[in-house]
Parts: sequence; structure tokens; C-alpha cells
Amino acid sequence: MGNFLQQLINGLTLGAIYGLIAIGYTMVFGIIGMINFAHGDVFMLSAFISLILFLALTGLAGVTSVPFAFLLVLLASMALTALWSWTIERIAYRPLRGSFRLAPLISAIGVSIFLSNFVQLVQGPRNKPLPPLFTELLRFDVNGYEVTLAYKQLLIMGVTAGLLLVFWYVVSRTPLGRAQRACEQDRRMAALLGVDVDRTISLTFVMGAALAAVAGTLYIIYYGVVNFADGFLPGVKAFTAAVLGGIGSLPGAVIGGLLIGLIETFWSAYFSTDYKDVAAFSILAITLIFRPSGLLGRPDVEKV
Amino acid sequence: MSVRSAAAPRSRLVQAAIDAAIAGIVTLGLGFPLLALRTEQDVRNDLVLQPRWSWCLAAALLVASARLASGLVDDRHRRLLAIAGAWIAAWGSFHVFLGDPAQAGAAIAGILGGLALVAATVAIDRRAAVTAIAPANQSVATPDRGNATPLSSHPLLPLAGVAALALFPLVVLRLLGPQGSLKWINNYGIQILIYVMLGWGLNIVVGLAGLLDLGYVAFYAVGAYSYALLSTTFGLSFWICLPLAGLLAVCLGVILGFPVLRLRGDYLAIVTLAFGEIIRLVLINWTDLSNGPSGISSIPRVTFFGIPFVDGEGGFASRFGLEFSPIQRTIFLFWLILALALLTNAVTLRLRRLPIGRAWEALREDEIACRSLGIDTVTTKLTAFALGAMFGGFAGAFFAVRQNFVSPESFTFIESATILAIVVLGGMGSQIGVALAAVAMIGGTELLRELDFLKRIFGDGFDPAQYRMLIFGLSMVAMMIWRPRGLVSTRTPTIARGERRAVSGSLVKEGHG
Repeated sequence: MGNFLQQLINGLTLGAIYGLIAIGYTMVFGIIGMINFAHGDVFMLSAFISLILFLALTGLAGVTSVPFAFLLVLLASMALTALWSWTIERIAYRPLRGSFRLAPLISAIGVSIFLSNFVQLVQGPRNKPLPPLFTELLRFDVNGYEVTLAYKQLLIMGVTAGLLLVFWYVVSRTPLGRAQRACEQDRRMAALLGVDVDRTISLTFVMGAALAAVAGTLYIIYYGVVNFADGFLPGVKAFTAAVLGGIGSLPGAVIGGLLIGLIETFWSAYFSTDYKDVAAFSILAITLIFRPSGLLGRPDVEKV
Repeated sequence: MSVRSAAAPRSRLVQAAIDAAIAGIVTLGLGFPLLALRTEQDVRNDLVLQPRWSWCLAAALLVASARLASGLVDDRHRRLLAIAGAWIAAWGSFHVFLGDPAQAGAAIAGILGGLALVAATVAIDRRAAVTAIAPANQSVATPDRGNATPLSSHPLLPLAGVAALALFPLVVLRLLGPQGSLKWINNYGIQILIYVMLGWGLNIVVGLAGLLDLGYVAFYAVGAYSYALLSTTFGLSFWICLPLAGLLAVCLGVILGFPVLRLRGDYLAIVTLAFGEIIRLVLINWTDLSNGPSGISSIPRVTFFGIPFVDGEGGFASRFGLEFSPIQRTIFLFWLILALALLTNAVTLRLRRLPIGRAWEALREDEIACRSLGIDTVTTKLTAFALGAMFGGFAGAFFAVRQNFVSPESFTFIESATILAIVVLGGMGSQIGVALAAVAMIGGTELLRELDFLKRIFGDGFDPAQYRMLIFGLSMVAMMIWRPRGLVSTRTPTIARGERRAVSGSLVKEGHG
């Protein structure tokens, strides 16, 4: 029971990170029907940006308060990653709108290769460690088994919940969110009714990247190390989460992320760590084969 | 990045300058943490930051000057010239900014020369814009490519090409000697031909049948491991293993394909990606079978139909009265992969004329129409998938016999992406296009290792080979923007009423999976 509770905590923490990345996939797929293959690498990029900003703030600028530094880094990383994503959309995806169906996917794969190699080139190929932050633990005793809840796990869950709330408000209550939902349903009709479609799509990429930046910042705090190749696996797992939850559905992405995090953690705890990535990929394949619309997605109706 | 106000149209220079300033500021923002501050481990293994502001500034300057130059020039080719001029000027002013007295003369000459080049290009472009207004209507008409005989349709041309390719190693050997020619035959010849074969194999799946496969490398891996395991454990020869490797890849293709093929489009792509990764992870983790991440080494080398390429009695050289040289094996490998690639091509071309090949293409064009005409879509897709897998398996077996070593690291997703990029860049469905794309992509990235003269421009620390994948990724994006239909943008339909003519690639559908 104690072990189960411990794994539940670990799994939810991991799931929160996957969920944040998955939102970026699901929003972009919802609005332009494209798998943004580079999103995992945008996440990796944001982890690097956060790492560098942390070092710059604590080392060069001499900020001593860790929570204050965290807040600054989070906001700056969100802004800079959003700028990256905006530029990528502008250069690599927007000219391809209306091109053939494979073009954006190939372009996104190209961007993904570019980003990971760019980071490798300018920051070096080694693992980059961050000194441990938020190291305090809460300890509970459950039937003689000690369950620990790290402050950083609390932080991850708290930040994720808070930002999801903000995000939910933006999508469901603001004119921007309304424009997004309109573009998702029918882009041409939305354009005819005066929605600036290009701007809305850009902002979708920006929002997805900002959430990925939150995930990246939390990731570097949680694991304390990042590498230029770290975009691919979390990216695929987050995509799995988006598919599992029903691609195009925002609550689905979060639920899918939590589920993938839990499945991965429990699989590692009770079966084998070796095959935990196989488990994630198998879930992706099985979901797509047997229930392509996911848990909360609408079934795809084919019109002739 | 155009900020245009509808009320007062700004002059062109002002507009270009504003755009350039925005582009420069964006680049500064993009580059700020990543370019300007490099993380390095110090002696205590802690990360420290090394400021490198000049990199960030240089990047911003390059982007802004390119943006300025391209904002002033309309014509695409002249635009490149203007950007080159602007970069030379930017390079000069950057050196002035750094205050390096040794290069001050060269820097000032660079500024003046670059600016002169930009000014001349802009002037020519303006004059061309004025004179082009009158005959503009005529130049709009696109040249009719349909009537010209396509290069690939002359009956003797493919034969001549194959003959030239087959003679290539001998010519190189005669010209450069055994030492100098090894690189050309091995790094360029064999390496490119492997990707030509993989591209042609995947072309059956993606180009003909319209099924987007992002996990093609799985079949390559199965072929390679089949040969590696069969030859090391059972001592089977390459010529027995080759068909077995193909057969095993086909089995895997059918097993994977059966549940997957009812999916469409992007979903199919993602599931195949997942399967490709699963195969790789199984190879890493199933240590009893595959020896895990360390791979399988000392795989038997290729033999000349049983005669080994070794020095001394019984070897290939002594049997045929030649002087022993390791290059003989390399040349044999070259011919082997050439033959395998040509086999792939011949089978594809032949199948396109048979009912099954026509069914593939029909499926790509319109799946619903196919179904209503009674074509069994499942079998049709499955044969395409299995056949593509078979050639992937052959190529894998060849890879193993060439390297004498296989490990899961050779079969990452990047491989799949590379092969798919070759198929798409070549123009999906075009055989000659795929071959050209393989030459451009693989040969181009290999060529980057050769560019030593760049060290003289950028300093000794500059290693062009490091930029291989970076440029590879960028070129994928650039190709999609400028030539989304691939290098060869015409297709010759397999069947036609009356005369067969090349049509534009954009008339060919890409399938929905």
C-alpha cells in the first residue's frame, strides 16, 4: 500500500509534465490537423533555456532567493520558448499551409532534427546538470512504509494545476479562445466571419510552446539534468498522451498525460524498467488501432 | 515579418529597414540564452556559464542584413546575390566592431565591397522591374513540360547510366589508386547506393501505394539482425541469409501491417513510428537474443560466392591470379549493392504494369473508388507493405555484411526520417528522383566532411562535419517550402489513353494511408 502510494505520487508528477506537453500537440492538431513533430524538441529547448537562465540568475546576477529565481526563470523561459515556436511556425509551417498533406510533417521532422542538433552544437553534447533545488521532503508513514513527497513534486503539481486553470480560462472565456475554437471547427468559415486565422494559429503555437516551457522548467528541476537528445522520448510519450486522451481534446490531453505518467511509473515499479518505453509505444499503437478517437475525442467522420 | 500600415505606404527602404530590425531583434531573443551563454563543466563538474555575446550579435547581424537585402530585391536569384553582398558587409563591420587591428583592412574592404554588391544588385533589380512590366504577360506562361521528352524516357539512357555506375569503381581505382579510391567507392558509392535502395523500397509503400510509413527502419534492422544472427550462430553464408532476411522482414511487415493498415494518414505514420521504436527498444533490451546495446560484432564478411577475399592460398586474388588488395572486397560490395538496388528498381517498374501495381496507384488516388470497384484494399496495402519490407530486409542484410557489426544505434528514428525525406524530396513515386535525392542528401552530407577550406575562413575550431545534421534538417524544411513536389516534379503515368505523357507531380495524389 505504501509503495503503491509512493508510485502514485511519482506517476502523477511525471504525468503532469507529459500533460503540459500534450496540450501543445493536441491544440495544434485540433486547429490545423498537423502533428507538430518538433514539439518535443521545443520542450527540450525550453529546458535548456531554463537551465541557462537559472545559472545566469543565481551565478552571474546573484539572486539568492530560489522561489523568486524560479518564478523569473519560468516566465522568461515561457516567453523565449514562445518566441522560438512563433518563429518556427512563421518560417517552417506557415508557407506550407495549403501545400500537400505530407509537407508540414516532413518540415516538422526537419525542424526537430535542426533543433536537437542546434542545441548540441551550441551547448555541447554532454549531459547538463543543475544543482538540486527544492530538496526538502515531506515524510508520511503508511503501514510501516515510508512515503515521501518532495517539495518539488508538490511544486510541479501545483504549478501545473494553476496554469491549467489559467489556460482553461483563456480557451473557454476569452475572445482568443473563441477564435481558436472557431478555427478548429471550420477555418474558412471563421475567416469569412472576420477571425484572423493566421494570427490565431500563431497564438496556438505560442500557447502550446509556453506550456511546453513550463514542462521544460519543471523537468529540469525534477530530474536535475538535460541533454540535447531529451526531446524525442518525452515528445513521443506526450503525443501518446494526446492520442490516448483523444487528439483535439484539451481535457483529454491532461487526462492522457496523467495516465501515461501513471502507467509508466507503475510499469517500472512492478514489471521492469527496461521495457517502460516499449509500454508507452505499445499503448500508442493499441490506442490508435482499437480506439483512434481516444478516450474523450470525437470519432472521425469520413465524408465522401 | 511585414508590418504594413494601410494608411501611409512607407518607402521601400524604410519598410525593409523596419523588417530587418524586427528580424534582428527576434534573432537576438532566440539566441540570447542558447547562443550567448554556453554551459561548460568546470573542474568540480559544476556547470558554469561562458558568455559568448559575439555569437548572438553575429547571428542577429546576419539575419537582419539578409532580411534587409531580400526586402530590397524582388528577383529570387538576384536576392541571393544581394544577401551574399550584405553578409560580406556584415562580416566586415563585425570585425570592425570587434576592433581587430590585424584584419582592419580586409574588414573595411569587405564592408565596401559588400555594400557595392548590394547596391549594384538593387539597381539592376529596379531597372529589371521597370522593363519587365511590358512583357510580363508572356513570361507568365509556364513552359509546357508535358510535350518535351523526359530525360528518363530515352531507351538507351538508363542502360548507359547503369553501365557508367558499374564501371565507376574501376575508373576511380585507375585514377586514384587503391588508397585514394576507397573513400569514393565506400563512403560515397556504397553509402549512397544503400540509401537509393532503401528509398526505392520505401517508394513502393509511400510513393506508389500512398501509405505513410515512418518506421521503415524496423525492416532494415530485422534484415541486418537476421543476417548477423543466422551467420554467427548457424554459420550460414550470405547468399542463404539474404533471402531469409527478406523473408523475415516480410513476415514482420505482414504481422505489423495487418492491424495497422485500416488506419489512415497521420495515424498510420505514428503507429509505424511506434513499431519502429518498439523493434529498436526490443533489440536493446532483449540481451539474450541481440546482445543488447553492445550489438553483434565479427559478423562473417562477404565472399565471392564462397571464395573469401583474403590474402594467400584459396583467396579470391590467388584464385583469379590477381594481386591481393582489400579494395577488391569493397568493389565487390559496390557491385552487390548496385545489383540489389537495380533489382528493387526492376521489380518496382515491372509491378507497376501488373494489376497489383495498378491497384496500388489507384488506391493512392482514391481509396473509396477502389473499394467500390471491388479491389481488396487490405490485400493490396499488405502486399505493398510486405514488398517494401522485403527490400528493406535485403538492404539490412547488406548493411550487416558490409559493416561486420550491427547495433541498435544504427536503427534510430532519424534513419527512418532520412529515408522518408529522400522519397519525398525525390518526388514521391519517381524512381529517378529518389536516386537523385539520395545522391544529394547522403552525398551532400558526406561532402561536408571534405570542406576543409572553410577552416581557413572560420578558424581552426570550425568542423564542417558537425553541421551535417543541422544542414540536413534545414534542407528538409527548405525543400518543402521551395520544391514541395520534389526534385523531379513530373510523373509519367503507368497507363494512359493514347500517348503517355509526363504530367505535373501536383496532379498525383499522395494517398490517405
